[in-house]
Amino acid sequence: MSVTTSDIAEPTTAGTELGSPAREVAVPGRAPAPSGGRAHAVGRVEDVPPGEGRAFVAGDIQVAVFRLRDGSLHATQAACPHAGGPLADGQTDPDVLVCPLHLYAYRWVDGAATSGALAVRTYPVREVDGMLVVDV
Amino acid sequence: MTITATYGVLGGRPQGMTSLGLGDDDLDTRARLVVVGNGMAGARFVEEVLERGGGEQFRITVFGDEPHGNYNRIMLSPVLAGESHEDDIVLNSHDWYADNGVDLRAGVRVEKTDTAAKLVYAADGSVTPYDHLVLATGSYSFVPPMAGVRTADGELLPGVYGFRTIDETRAMLEATGRCKRAVVMGGGLLGLEAARALQGHGLQVDLVHAMPWLMNAQLDAEAGAILKKSVESLGITVHLDAMAGEVLGTDSVEGVLLKDGRRLDCDLLVVAAGVRPHTDVAVRSGLEVERAIVVDDQLRTDDPDVYAIGECAQHRGSVYGLVAPAWEHARVLADVLTGTDPAAEYSGSRTATKLKVAGVDVATMGINTPERDDDEFLVISEPRRGVHLSVVIRDDKLVGATLLGDTRKVAFLTQAFDRGAPLPEERIRLLVDLSDGAEEVGVAEMPADSQVCNCNGVSKGDICGAVADGCGSVGAVMDRTRAGKGCGSCKSLVKQIVEWAADGDVVEDPSASWYVPGVPLAKPELMAAIREQDLRSVSQVFAALVPGGKEDAKSKMGLTSLLKMIWGVDFVPEKDGEFINDRVHANIQRDGTFSVVPQMKGGVTTPAQLRKIADVAEKYEVPMVKVTGGQRIDLLGVRKEDLPAMWADLGMPSGYAYGKSMRTVKTCVGSDFCRFGLGDSTQLGIDLESRFQGIESPAKMKLAVVGCPRNCAEAYVKDVGVVAVGNGKWEVYIGGAAGASVRKGDLLATVDSPEAVIELSGRFMQYYRENANWLERTYDFVPRIGLEKIKAVLLDDSEGICADLDAGMQRSVDAYRDPWGTDGGEPATPGQFRSSLPLIPLPKVPVR
Repeated sequence: MSVTTSDIAEPTTAGTELGSPAREVAVPGRAPAPSGGRAHAVGRVEDVPPGEGRAFVAGDIQVAVFRLRDGSLHATQAACPHAGGPLADGQTDPDVLVCPLHLYAYRWVDGAATSGALAVRTYPVREVDGMLVVDV
Repeated sequence: MTITATYGVLGGRPQGMTSLGLGDDDLDTRARLVVVGNGMAGARFVEEVLERGGGEQFRITVFGDEPHGNYNRIMLSPVLAGESHEDDIVLNSHDWYADNGVDLRAGVRVEKTDTAAKLVYAADGSVTPYDHLVLATGSYSFVPPMAGVRTADGELLPGVYGFRTIDETRAMLEATGRCKRAVVMGGGLLGLEAARALQGHGLQVDLVHAMPWLMNAQLDAEAGAILKKSVESLGITVHLDAMAGEVLGTDSVEGVLLKDGRRLDCDLLVVAAGVRPHTDVAVRSGLEVERAIVVDDQLRTDDPDVYAIGECAQHRGSVYGLVAPAWEHARVLADVLTGTDPAAEYSGSRTATKLKVAGVDVATMGINTPERDDDEFLVISEPRRGVHLSVVIRDDKLVGATLLGDTRKVAFLTQAFDRGAPLPEERIRLLVDLSDGAEEVGVAEMPADSQVCNCNGVSKGDICGAVADGCGSVGAVMDRTRAGKGCGSCKSLVKQIVEWAADGDVVEDPSASWYVPGVPLAKPELMAAIREQDLRSVSQVFAALVPGGKEDAKSKMGLTSLLKMIWGVDFVPEKDGEFINDRVHANIQRDGTFSVVPQMKGGVTTPAQLRKIADVAEKYEVPMVKVTGGQRIDLLGVRKEDLPAMWADLGMPSGYAYGKSMRTVKTCVGSDFCRFGLGDSTQLGIDLESRFQGIESPAKMKLAVVGCPRNCAEAYVKDVGVVAVGNGKWEVYIGGAAGASVRKGDLLATVDSPEAVIELSGRFMQYYRENANWLERTYDFVPRIGLEKIKAVLLDDSEGICADLDAGMQRSVDAYRDPWGTDGGEPATPGQFRSSLPLIPLPKVPVR
């Protein structure tokens, strides 16, 4: 699938103010199914260091984007469906993403939890001209 | 046998017996696998083959002497006792064989085989070719020579039964309706079961046993005597040292005549005097047979295409009469024949049994009496309660155990016996739980809804459910249920329950001995490989030491820790190899924020430091400021993106409240102010924390120093605890804990200077770092290694490694850099401190 520049919405991830209090807690559960599959450029590829994840906003959807050491890209909902943990802070390998809070593991291939818990929503993500493009 | 005419076929189809004629289709290129015997071994073997995809490789034919599907022979006793229905003991029905494309020839006895032509001749006249032949012919009831036991045509006299098949069981059940008195010959397991079952049906039962005590094969004389009392209390008369010489009666049994001249009247005689391997087919086929069919380590007979498994096989001189070895045979042979593991070998079984005999719990394993002069032998005998427990220990390993009347410790003992697990130094703990407070409840007695893993809310029932669903290893159960994946303190209980629920049929996780789950090496080999191959980063370790170079997320943190310890300053860090806490040097909280704990050595602070912390807490609107259990101040609810600026404003080093590392050294006020202080615990605590700050380790290490044995800073329950005892002397305790587990530390040594405390503590911590399993706290590590061994290594230098340990610790001390100072100015990776939290407003955490 090819994407032209006009298909891609502008980067939407806002910066955050230094020193503002942190009070939010994510709502557990599986993110709703993507409605239209609209492509959003959320940031640059090098924003995500190899093997790590970073959180972005695609449209009004929170996503965590991962760049594995083998170069592959993956995107999931940002909050863990179990207890709202920040998945972008998790650890990864070619098979799974592990949430940092309670170490629930989710398979990239379908988002299923290895323990049989609630699955995580995954989103298509690809690189276009150095940009991370997520379909939500 | 004629009895079957009046009964249905067990596990049969409604319309009767079936034999699915698959025919010898020339187009079918699959090899022909013929199994002779449809009992516990044969049927399990077919299951194992199918599980390995063998249905695609083989056309499978199974001959069964009995007309039934496959049933659980072990459960015949409960059927005879009326406790189980015969339908409940069906393992594989005729339908199962048909559904899996297996040609079952039930009720067809195999006469012989022609191993040259590779043909099987059966009693129904059929001739079946094979490529691979598996003999699983099992055993038959041994009937000792007695006058009158057989009729002229060689059949057993009516009223005389063996106790081996469902048909015999049915016949005996039917007989209980019209019989009054039974004699059971044989005081072994089967005889006792039969006696109890018949007695339960209201018959008067005499048990005749040729040996001086019951269950003489498993129990010693003392235990046998106690069992006899328990059996007699049921109302069964026991005759020991008694042999039957003659069976009385012409049309049916009327009694037995003992060799000592006594006559026992009966209208039912059960012969349970042992079993003999069924080797007729093998003998007629010209295979090598000694006590049973001789097989090699791949269960192969002296004919390369003929195998034997189960009770009819003799391996390295041993013939087994238990189901567990038979199932091991089935597994190994299935591995070999399907090519799943062509090199699979069977190396013999260490047999352990646990059963209920005549209402009495009995578990036995290995030998029952000491055999060598230096064997340790511990016996607890309580005849009045019917309890007799004994263990035999050789070279610090359990080589035998007998539990009669109380089998609560069987799970632990089985494990120690099978795997050579370390034994408690107080041997009596092998047999009884010495009360350390709460009474320990045996795994078997725990109610199903009792919570086992308090972290993840997993009950005993959940664990048993996972086992029933097919989780065959402790690791698989833990993955499925998450039991033991929280604080980990319930792991050993989870393991016990899994072993209990699986009735010992637990596959040992191959990964159980690995340091981290994704690299197939134990710690010593892993460390050696890392050094030899000069692997400095986590990704190098995966690439070099994992087949296929596959990364494993759950191994990364442990590898990072290990590499840091091995290489010190020469470690090549990779952020993705670290857990989030280590990536951002703060402890992640439930809402994705972090906690910031500045270093406060020995718990000693100053007004200026407190003022600074207060200012920073206000500036960043920290939701909660809390004094920690480790004598520091915790700023909770800090946003990740605020961390570097806060560190800069604080101007203090990290307190390492987030890592698998040396955390903190608690102290009391010692001799400076305290009226009772015997030593300057405060200064020693500060010195310890200065030296060992941030030292990474397999699990966290919490330290404390107290100035007197009043223990105000809880040094007795720390990973390393130091207690001043006066006259300049200090006691060093190791392996204490006051978390999910509570354990008083063991006294390692009493030394006479603060310098000696620092040296010995460092040496112990390095020994722990180099030898502990990943996430194994010192409270597990110290008992596992054994205090005596640790003392020998660290105090007497028994292994000559003290200098290396001290040097290793020094390398780590030299590599210390305050992470807040290092990453605060310049992020290690792009977005290191970017929020991973949702950026849209969500419900708020309550702020107190």
